[in-house]
Amino acid sequence: MPSWTLPLVGGVAIGVSASLAWSGAGRIAGISGIFGGFLRQPSVRGFRPGFLFGLLLTGALLSGLVPRLSVASIEARPLAWILVSGLLVGFGTQLGSGCTSGHGVCGVSRLSKRSLLATAVFMSSAALVVFVMRHAWAGAAP
Amino acid sequence: MSEPRLSSTAVGLVSGSLFAVGLALSGMTDPGKVLGFLDVAGAWDPSLALVMAGAVGVHFTWLRWRSRRPARDEAPYSGPPQRVDAALLSGAAIFGVGWGMAGYCPGPALVAAAQGRSEALLFLVAMAGGAALSNAFRADVTQFSREPSGP
Repeated sequence: MPSWTLPLVGGVAIGVSASLAWSGAGRIAGISGIFGGFLRQPSVRGFRPGFLFGLLLTGALLSGLVPRLSVASIEARPLAWILVSGLLVGFGTQLGSGCTSGHGVCGVSRLSKRSLLATAVFMSSAALVVFVMRHAWAGAAP
Repeated sequence: MSEPRLSSTAVGLVSGSLFAVGLALSGMTDPGKVLGFLDVAGAWDPSLALVMAGAVGVHFTWLRWRSRRPARDEAPYSGPPQRVDAALLSGAAIFGVGWGMAGYCPGPALVAAAQGRSEALLFLVAMAGGAALSNAFRADVTQFSREPSGP
């Protein structure tokens, strides 16, 4: 399949998932919100644990069934680099109340001013970091 | 006529599973591809823009359609509060920096960790730490919650 088909099909699946979460349970399919909420209030029943379990189980099953779907086309990065990026993602998504799914998909679909702005900001800062890593300051980053 | 009330756990399970399928199919779980998408000044790979286009296209259309014929027990169509504040903007900026560094945002990191990628597992542990730090940091600030009340 051409390289644009799978991203589009995957996007449609994500859109259906977000629509089901809203209409079936009245919830936003925002993963940082679900993740953060689960950390604050761990439980086995309810939307959040269900969503996280489904995400993890299906992710694991898929990579077993279709190994091609779990490739990483990049060399392993230093441990510290990964840890710092994880810290920033965890801190930033809780402070900013959302990530690529909550703001980028759900909020943008609602034409929420907050989410449109947040999405523009995180897309820009991410692209800026990649620009610095790969072009402006190449060699400094892994 | 009343619709049967679905178990929110079951809705979560199906929704989370579908979300994982979408992330894995689209290539979002490959940090190399994500960084290629963010590398607008290099060998830019714009294909991941279609993930957002597909997801927003479906969800936007669905919300519009439902807002015209809401189910009885469905929450009304309303966006979150529109107040733009420093927490929103600085949080988004910090998140973007972390995303650009390694190419993982929360959903793909969870899926990649479930696939057994050790790098993603480490990322998740750090992400949980960052989330806890953020929550402690503004524990005394009235936190805006986007979840409606009830199960």
